[in-house]
Amino acid sequence: MAFLEFKNVRIAGISAGVPKKILSNLNPDVNDGISSEYSPEDFVKTTGVKERRVSDKLCTSDLCYYAAEQLISDLKWNKEEIEALVFVSQTADYILPCTSCILQYRLGLSKDCYATDCTLGCSGWVYGLSQVVSLLLNGTIKKALLLCGDAKERAAGPRDPLFGAAGTATAVEYQEGAPGFQFHFGTDGSGYDAIITPDGGSRNQVSPKSFELEEIEGKQMHRMQTRMKGMDVFSFGITTPPKSIKRLAEHYGFNYMDSDYLILHQANMKMNNMIAKKLKFPLEKVPSCMLHFGNTSSASIPLTIVTELREKCKSTTKFLCCGFGVGLSWGTVAFEAKDMVISELVEVEEPTEKSQWV
Amino acid sequence: MKSLEEFVALFAEQFDETDASLIKADTKFHDLEEWSSLIGLSLIAMADEEFDVALKGDDVKTSVTVEDLYNKVIAKL
Repeated sequence: MAFLEFKNVRIAGISAGVPKKILSNLNPDVNDGISSEYSPEDFVKTTGVKERRVSDKLCTSDLCYYAAEQLISDLKWNKEEIEALVFVSQTADYILPCTSCILQYRLGLSKDCYATDCTLGCSGWVYGLSQVVSLLLNGTIKKALLLCGDAKERAAGPRDPLFGAAGTATAVEYQEGAPGFQFHFGTDGSGYDAIITPDGGSRNQVSPKSFELEEIEGKQMHRMQTRMKGMDVFSFGITTPPKSIKRLAEHYGFNYMDSDYLILHQANMKMNNMIAKKLKFPLEKVPSCMLHFGNTSSASIPLTIVTELREKCKSTTKFLCCGFGVGLSWGTVAFEAKDMVISELVEVEEPTEKSQWV
Repeated sequence: MKSLEEFVALFAEQFDETDASLIKADTKFHDLEEWSSLIGLSLIAMADEEFDVALKGDDVKTSVTVEDLYNKVIAKL
């Protein structure tokens, strides 16, 4: 049974960075891969994604970097004290090295730093949180950063109107007596091809053929882009998260209805409304940022907290969060946040100078 | 258990513009002008809510008529 409970660790703060550039799904341009099967209006009505943030230049690590700088400044943390960094993304800067190593350097963190990447997607914030929290558990490392998100793809192609770019930072620290976190995790690799980037790994090495456009569910895309079996993912999304949430509550003996907020991965509005309905959880306590930011992969839970709850959170707030998607993989976490700092959304301008990176 | 007639009525409810009278048990639904994979999502949601059945994308794709899909739902009960 993949349940985990950790005490004496807390989230000190959360921040998020997005590109300044907004694209509307109601007025798609030639580079937007809206399916030929349906109208832009029907797409917006079903998915709930009216617009999203995109950039041709900003990588996930750039957005995470600006989010982290903002958060470290808001928390008045001393960078020397941050001794662990986990970067969760499907859009790393390079195939090698790990982006977390680059971010340790770029953020000016101490060389006494544990750094690693994790390639999960929509379940990634919950998984990454469990990794960071467990690293802090015995109190020798006191402060850590979890940087999650997705932005610019590995290879340009028709843009998927469902997805937006975002990079987030979650600051986690050791604190004796903190109530901690309760997690439930699950994996079903039989659905590995439900969301997949088929080429560019070692199974199907990159070749000129990887860039030939083919029609997938009415959309033009190549094999270096991520494709999705929409109906299978929808079916998974309305059945698995409610079960995971119920199992977590049952295992640890709490009533999930007592949560102040249920934050679901922002996949599709219709899906999330169904999950809430199945749990009989009031929709006004299920905030959503999909309308303006789309599906932002592992950034979606912290981005929702930043954009929807910054002004609303009380000093003590009970969160229940569930991420689910590519893998197939899912994770649910329950925690009580006390005096958690939520930074103002960081809007990142397109870089105009030549990149410093090789 | 819901009858085929009830299933046809629920199926028709997923369409906004197609008149319900055009949807019958033997309708080849992929040929309907309004058909799209977004309506496929609505059908999966309907099967989940009304029958507690998790349909796969292939169940919808390989069904030709409304009755074919009804039979797949019933087989999963």
